Amino acid sequence: MPTVAMKVNGANVVHDIPDNTLLVSFLRETMGLTGTHVGCDTSQCGACIVHVNGESIKSCSILAAQLDGADVTTIEGIANGDELHPMQQAFHENHGLQCGFCTPGMVMSAIELVEKNKNLSEREIREGLEGNICRCTGYHNIVKSVQDAATRMGG
Amino acid sequence: MPEGIASQGIGASVRRKEDRRFLIGKGKYTDDINRAGQLHVYFLRSPVAFADIVSIDKERAEKASGVIAILTGEDVAADNLGGPICGWAPTNKDGSAPSEPPHPILANGRVRYVGDHVAAVFAETLEEATSAAELIDVVYSEMPAITDLKTAMDQPQIHDGMEQNTYFDWELGNEAAVNDAFDRAETIVNVHIRNNRVIPNAMEPRAAVAEYDKGDARYTLFTTSQNPQLTRLVIGAFMLNIPESKLRVVAPDVGGGFGSKIYVYPEEAVCVWASKKLGRAIKWTADRTQAFLGDAHGRDHISEVKLALDKNKKIIGLRVDTLANLGAYLSAFAMVTPTYLHGTLLSGVYDIPAIYTNVKGICTNTVNVDAYRGAGRPEATYLLERTMDVAAKQVGMDPAEFRRLNFIPKDAFPYQTALALQYDVGDYEPLLDRAMAMIDYKNFESRRAKSAKDGKCRGIGISTYIEACGIAPSAVVGALGGRVGLYESAIVRVEPTGTISVLTGTHSHGQGHDTTFAQLVCDKLGVDIEAVEIVHGDSDRTAFGMGTYGSRSLAVGGTAISKALDKVIAKGKIIAAHMLEADDADIEFKDGKFTVAGTDREKSFGEIALSAYVPHNFPHDRLEPGLEETAFYDPANFTYPAGTHIAEVEIDPSTGVVELVDWVCCDDFGNLINPMVVEGQVHGGIAQGVGQALYEEAAYDDNGQLLSASYMDYCMPRADNFPSLKVQNLVTACTHNDLGVKGCGEAGAIASPPALINAVVNALSPLGVTDITMPATPEKVWRAIQDAQTKAAE
Repeated sequence: MPTVAMKVNGANVVHDIPDNTLLVSFLRETMGLTGTHVGCDTSQCGACIVHVNGESIKSCSILAAQLDGADVTTIEGIANGDELHPMQQAFHENHGLQCGFCTPGMVMSAIELVEKNKNLSEREIREGLEGNICRCTGYHNIVKSVQDAATRMGG
Repeated sequence: MPEGIASQGIGASVRRKEDRRFLIGKGKYTDDINRAGQLHVYFLRSPVAFADIVSIDKERAEKASGVIAILTGEDVAADNLGGPICGWAPTNKDGSAPSEPPHPILANGRVRYVGDHVAAVFAETLEEATSAAELIDVVYSEMPAITDLKTAMDQPQIHDGMEQNTYFDWELGNEAAVNDAFDRAETIVNVHIRNNRVIPNAMEPRAAVAEYDKGDARYTLFTTSQNPQLTRLVIGAFMLNIPESKLRVVAPDVGGGFGSKIYVYPEEAVCVWASKKLGRAIKWTADRTQAFLGDAHGRDHISEVKLALDKNKKIIGLRVDTLANLGAYLSAFAMVTPTYLHGTLLSGVYDIPAIYTNVKGICTNTVNVDAYRGAGRPEATYLLERTMDVAAKQVGMDPAEFRRLNFIPKDAFPYQTALALQYDVGDYEPLLDRAMAMIDYKNFESRRAKSAKDGKCRGIGISTYIEACGIAPSAVVGALGGRVGLYESAIVRVEPTGTISVLTGTHSHGQGHDTTFAQLVCDKLGVDIEAVEIVHGDSDRTAFGMGTYGSRSLAVGGTAISKALDKVIAKGKIIAAHMLEADDADIEFKDGKFTVAGTDREKSFGEIALSAYVPHNFPHDRLEPGLEETAFYDPANFTYPAGTHIAEVEIDPSTGVVELVDWVCCDDFGNLINPMVVEGQVHGGIAQGVGQALYEEAAYDDNGQLLSASYMDYCMPRADNFPSLKVQNLVTACTHNDLGVKGCGEAGAIASPPALINAVVNALSPLGVTDITMPATPEKVWRAIQDAQTKAAE
């Protein structure tokens, strides 16, 4: 069993895990961080998106053992104490979520999108979220949320 | 009322109370729940569509690492377990009962679809269970798969004792009157309709965690359910013979349902059964392919539609003959969906004096088909609204004006349709007018010309829908073959400090009940929304209730809450009268204060609550202490939301790609409690309808293999498939519930497919295309164009 050391939501963690452990299983089962979800088995839905070294990544598509030394941020790690991240706040204000299942992946994906380009057009937001499936919202209020967050984040 | 509280009551777009836990990753879904010492179960599913099981050799698998037990159909039979039941059985047109073949929770001797449950493998880890399943040697004696709806009736029987692979043969309406209408008709319109099979695809796959407590001989099941109370009833009373008091069912946060999580499936029952049998907690979570192979699918109808018009282009008769594919076994609402939720809606928003419909429910070697967002009403709306467009073209009228001509006039309400339903209220023309204004309908031709200059085909399509929601009056349900009541329960528990818990029998899996229902309380009691907690989803906490589907939660469950709140106020007035030494009749309750009319003598709601629980100065001669009231509300009628949706598309004829360029709608849902939530429901419904119309199809090959069993093959709509959606409302209040509400959850999915296909056909009609079946994929559109052009050249 390989030993994996990484930073998760700012805390250093070290675990011995089976070498076939996916990052999403490591987060959900070993770390108990159940905010990251599994919605498919073909890396299509994006419910499992987290940030690895600042980049959004589908955590169902990478082994935890590949990430020794990495800095991982999940949905549980983006708020500042009780103060929501501007993207979380924007989703709340704009009714950007319904059942909440796709939401963590959607928020993590959107944060990276806005951090890379704060002047996104509506079309760019829609295309940027193409790797995240939502069945509830018709994406309408998600797009509005991302537009609002871009402003909150200094766009 | 203080401004802060006024902004939390009925009609305010209050931001959702439930959002925070989801946004910080603290939602609690079933797969997030683990129990000490739990086993994982993996279901070995049939790889073939139709076969007798010759033998199952599980010896090697039983010896595999981590395996604790393997259960099969023989074990189910030995323990004499029942299967999922059908909740509603319409009578055949000859007066006989429908055919309801048994559905064993693990296949017993025969498999009937790819995905049928053959064995349950229990192991210490999911990986061990999955690997061991590969070591089970099942010998199948295959038979030809029956998957084609048109020819299934002529094939060998899938279930022994069935005839023509037909579950039921049902009719509604006056056939003689319809025949007479066709004899008199000036114009007859014939339309062939295919409503494609789709898969609900809630983003959270189904899951279950079951445990048995030896101490109190009691089971607990955590599961992804839209109606945990019904799940408890069905598993306890019909499947596993467990007294209801010994089974607790909890549906925690549930990641979408859309109908697919109404039903009790074999997996949940197997988990409960095995938790006692094996003495360990059992966990099961579907992966997406299991969801495709196991969750009830939706739609899948073929209909022949015949419309009769008189010389004034008024509809005088309608006949619809439908084949509904219900799959290999009958799911809970499989029989009511294509009958009473479909056939009764065929009048739409139109004044049609004579209607007749015949529906045959057909068994095939495919996954069960049941209610999916809209449940029968999308199928009815699709065939009717496509037919309206075909008819308008046939008689040379604008589709909007042809609809207007045939609308039920606003002074005709209450309107008795030719098909059992009585619409209480509605006004359809303003909805049409508003939507047409929103999309600038009158200038469409100039937009079409502009697109044509760019080599694109532009089209516009209308759908003026109605639906029957707020299900349902129990007596009517019973008279029509329903086996349940469809009332709803509410308990309003005022706590000593004045906080309030509302326990509802409905369930929220994205709809926002934590907020909307709390708004009802704020509005009536004048308390802050933070003082209100909505409790649902736990059979140990709530009263018996029927759950959430059919856009019923607010109209039925909300009305029950409203009635329980009225009882709280009534009791509070008596307490206040006693404390204020006044007559009951002189007490007014407003803005959270009980006041003696015409004076400044008052008691706050909090003071009354405290007095109810610390009853030192209390009317003991008249009241019991405490302040908790229960209401069960059984609706007097269905509710009838209606509206107009208009789609505008642009098609590249060289690729067949349909781009949705504009969407407008104006709906009438009655009074709105939270307009923001309502708008969100409409957006989501539209997206699912657009998915069905343009992208989604559950495709089977001739061998009964589901070709679209992953997101690689089943095309889900994505963010970049949509324009910004324009949603507005007009209100005619429902006349028969306290809140004047009608329900909004399904409207978008009901209205949207015909609007889209009408737009696609409208775009392509200059090229000679007259029809396109759903989903209008690029290939299908491109071929339709080529075929039309070939035909034109001949």
